Amino acid sequence: MSTNNGNGADAPNRFIGKSVKRVEDKRFTTGHGRYTDDIVLPHQTYAAFVRSQYAHAKIVSVNITTAKAMPGVVAIYTGAHVAEVNGVPCGWQVNFKNGTPMKEPKHPLLVTDKARHVGDAIAIVIARSKEEAEDAAQAVEVKYEELPCEIDAFKAAQPGAPLVHDDVPNNICYDWALGNPIDEVNAAMNSASHVTTLEFVNQRLIPNAIEPRCYNASYDRIHDHYTLYTSSQNPHVIRLLMCAFVLGIPEHKVRVVSPDVGGGFGSKIFHYTEEALLTWCSKHIGRPVKWTAERSESFLTDAHGRDHITKAEMGFDNDGKIVALRVKTYANLGAYLSTFGSCVPSYLHGTLMQGLYTTPKINIDVTAVFTHTTAVDAYRGAGRPEATYVLERLMDLAAHEMKVDPVELRFKNFIPPFDGVTQPGYQTQVALQYDSGNYHGVLEKGLQMLGYDDFRKAQKEAAHNGKLLGVGFSTYIEACGIAPSSVVGSLGARAGLFEFGQVRVQPTGKVTVFTGSHSHGQGHETTFAQVVADKLGISMDDVHIVHGDTGKIGFGMGTYGSRSLAVGGTAIVKSIEKIIEKGKKIAAHLLEASADDIDFANGNFTVKGTDKSIPFANIALTAYVPHKYPDDLEPGLDFSSFYDPANFTYPFGCHIAVVEVDKETGKVTLKRFIAVDDVGNIINPMIVEGQIHGGVAQGIGQALFEGAEYDNNGQLTNASYMDYCMPRADDFPMYETATQITPCPHNPLGVKGAGEAGAIGSTPAVVNAVLDALWSGGHEVKDIRMPLTSERVWRAMQN
Amino acid sequence: MSIKITLTVNGVKHTNKVEPRMLLVHYLRDVLKLTGTHVGCDTSGCGACTIHVNGKATKSCTMLAVQADKAKIITIEGMATHHELHPLQEAFNQCHGLQCGFCTPGMIMTAADFLTRNKKPNEKEIREALEGNLCRCTGYENIVKSIQYAADKMSAPKARKTKKEATV
Ligand code: FES
Ligand code: FES
Repeated sequence: MSTNNGNGADAPNRFIGKSVKRVEDKRFTTGHGRYTDDIVLPHQTYAAFVRSQYAHAKIVSVNITTAKAMPGVVAIYTGAHVAEVNGVPCGWQVNFKNGTPMKEPKHPLLVTDKARHVGDAIAIVIARSKEEAEDAAQAVEVKYEELPCEIDAFKAAQPGAPLVHDDVPNNICYDWALGNPIDEVNAAMNSASHVTTLEFVNQRLIPNAIEPRCYNASYDRIHDHYTLYTSSQNPHVIRLLMCAFVLGIPEHKVRVVSPDVGGGFGSKIFHYTEEALLTWCSKHIGRPVKWTAERSESFLTDAHGRDHITKAEMGFDNDGKIVALRVKTYANLGAYLSTFGSCVPSYLHGTLMQGLYTTPKINIDVTAVFTHTTAVDAYRGAGRPEATYVLERLMDLAAHEMKVDPVELRFKNFIPPFDGVTQPGYQTQVALQYDSGNYHGVLEKGLQMLGYDDFRKAQKEAAHNGKLLGVGFSTYIEACGIAPSSVVGSLGARAGLFEFGQVRVQPTGKVTVFTGSHSHGQGHETTFAQVVADKLGISMDDVHIVHGDTGKIGFGMGTYGSRSLAVGGTAIVKSIEKIIEKGKKIAAHLLEASADDIDFANGNFTVKGTDKSIPFANIALTAYVPHKYPDDLEPGLDFSSFYDPANFTYPFGCHIAVVEVDKETGKVTLKRFIAVDDVGNIINPMIVEGQIHGGVAQGIGQALFEGAEYDNNGQLTNASYMDYCMPRADDFPMYETATQITPCPHNPLGVKGAGEAGAIGSTPAVVNAVLDALWSGGHEVKDIRMPLTSERVWRAMQN
Repeated sequence: MSIKITLTVNGVKHTNKVEPRMLLVHYLRDVLKLTGTHVGCDTSGCGACTIHVNGKATKSCTMLAVQADKAKIITIEGMATHHELHPLQEAFNQCHGLQCGFCTPGMIMTAADFLTRNKKPNEKEIREALEGNLCRCTGYENIVKSIQYAADKMSAPKARKTKKEATV
């Protein structure tokens, strides 16, 4: 029963701020991770889907007779079987400008009338083995009547475009605007001495977590109880949505478990139709049923990201100060509303249009459109990368057009530093109030790392020698730590966005923590344990973090929006505070002092100004063996907290890319990538750096390699790893990273969140760098469509 | 219909009857319950399924189980010997070479084979050696550093296995 808390020499922060190696690694490096597909239940069955080959087609008939007679087949269900079951819900209501609610067509578990995108599910086949299920799925005969389709958001919103849902006119889910009244913005724009205009596409991306989606549902008839194993980022949310909105089964009869999950990047937030359908099937067949997506199926059915068509204008006065920003975006939602599909292009995008600048007049206008494509939802950054792309592309382009330095232009327009404690937060024109920031600092640091003056010299010299070198900047801000429930509620969110954390001190002083956050690579088992061990003055070995199981954890909202530490971590800290408060009462009783006179530090409860003290473990034991104990105190030492943050958190940073463009081939080589990020206080620098690396790689991936390609028939033509260009190890240089720390003023850890920063800041830096390289060679190019393949860059140089 | 195969996996001999169309990766995962080998794709593009077949890194999704008859196979579960981690397993922890861990077994198996052929690799060679393996989490840099770390450790004077390797 020993903890190291007897050691009075312990520094207060033995773990916080240190690059502690991850405690979860061993199971992964030895092949003992436990992902959903690794789980096989007694009497397991396997599912395969019959999916539409067409982007838009009437389903004339579905014949399952032959398939049903095939070996091993247990059951086949079509849309007709689940016609009475609700579809999967959307979690955020966005209203039209005129106040009417968005259009919310049903997203059924299986379609009956028509297929609305390639991959739309028509039937589920369940068999004894995966192979038998697949064989039988091949034998299901579907008669289609092909209909015209539209894949482009702008075109789909025009009169006469083929309708995805017959009851959604012009395919428009909503139109929406935020910021200053458009008249004011127009007037400010008209007064500008220079206006930079940019029209571009922020292309559709496919998240591509390497673990395919996987679900395994079972039903226990005796206890009338379901269990769903799911590769989800938020098991409690899945349980809530599935029980309350889709299947109408009581939540307490359902356990949802997200064991190890092989990456999410947003794509595993959403409640997918397959989760509810498998759960429904498990009761009907009375056996567990598992489905694991084939990679080609993942491409067609995991929610995609981005896909905006945008026109943006930024007006400047004579002095180079921004006077107005006007943005019009057509956002592609795909064929159905995914769980958060509606809020990504609106509240997670429009609200970031202030960027780091003092722009006095801003209007962002978004038309969200259904098309005959896979649903689009949050993908790492979710709306914020799109907003950053708008602003940061405009800044470098404007600087070029006005013949000023892009760095100077930024310094001129930055919001001055403010700490959010002695100085107030910064109120933007687009609803948000930034918490704390020092935007000059990150750019200055980035420039130092780059060696800016030397770079410009080298660039001139290179141009002289017929080489194209370029540098691109991106100074970004994001809103994360999502989010205060009352705020998001007033904006249309249908859920609260608090987090739950329970700290259970065992009689021996060991601690089990139950968190509603979920780790699918972020390292919570380490980071959270660092926080708990320091706060309680115990060893990290004495802390165990439990996540991902509704059967163990009281509640949870899950992991997305870089919220785990800021919101989930704070919930744990709140519980620790309660533990310490109760511990003081117990200690006071034992030490015959008043609780107000007890200090807790380094794992010891001490009577102030004396050397009378009791270690934490002894207090724990007393709480469970309460022989000598305060009369008015309950036994036990176990507290839960729900933490609802006061505000979003606002990480920011500066990303700088240096590229060389081959004049002959257009090939872009990324020479350097510098990332200076301010994510507030840092618990584990190694993990934060890892998060930045991963995000940066995805952001560079968007700029140079990735993009979903639909043909005019609505076929996703690059739906495999052979065809979709995922970045590989030899596509990158070593990243040059640094951090600045501006603590978050409104959570006790002072943390802001690091999960998405890399993906938000990096993309425009790379594109800006390529354009800068072309400009250095006299090619006046305004935009090249991402990804910047050799061919596209080469063509741009020919004009 | 089924065909009998006999093979050694992580030093243990197995004899099973398998369907001719069964992929080696499914044999390992579903029949032998060695679930450390993962499936990330259906076009041999991700490398999550990489194992060693007769000492060579092989994507087990590109091979039928029947083709592995008589083969000697090592999977990620066989990399640690007598509770001692392989230097690569330690290196991935030391250098934060993994996040979600899904690609990790394949990365380690690929790297282990690579390091037998190139004992002192430079950064470029390591990046090229990972050409067949996708990671969506780490941005690769820490995987590269992990492999470098393991290479240094394995070539240090009293690294274990030195003798054994010399006989390969
Ligand atoms: S599963 Fe074998 S390469 Fe992807
Ligand atoms: S660690 Fe997640 S895919 Fe590599």
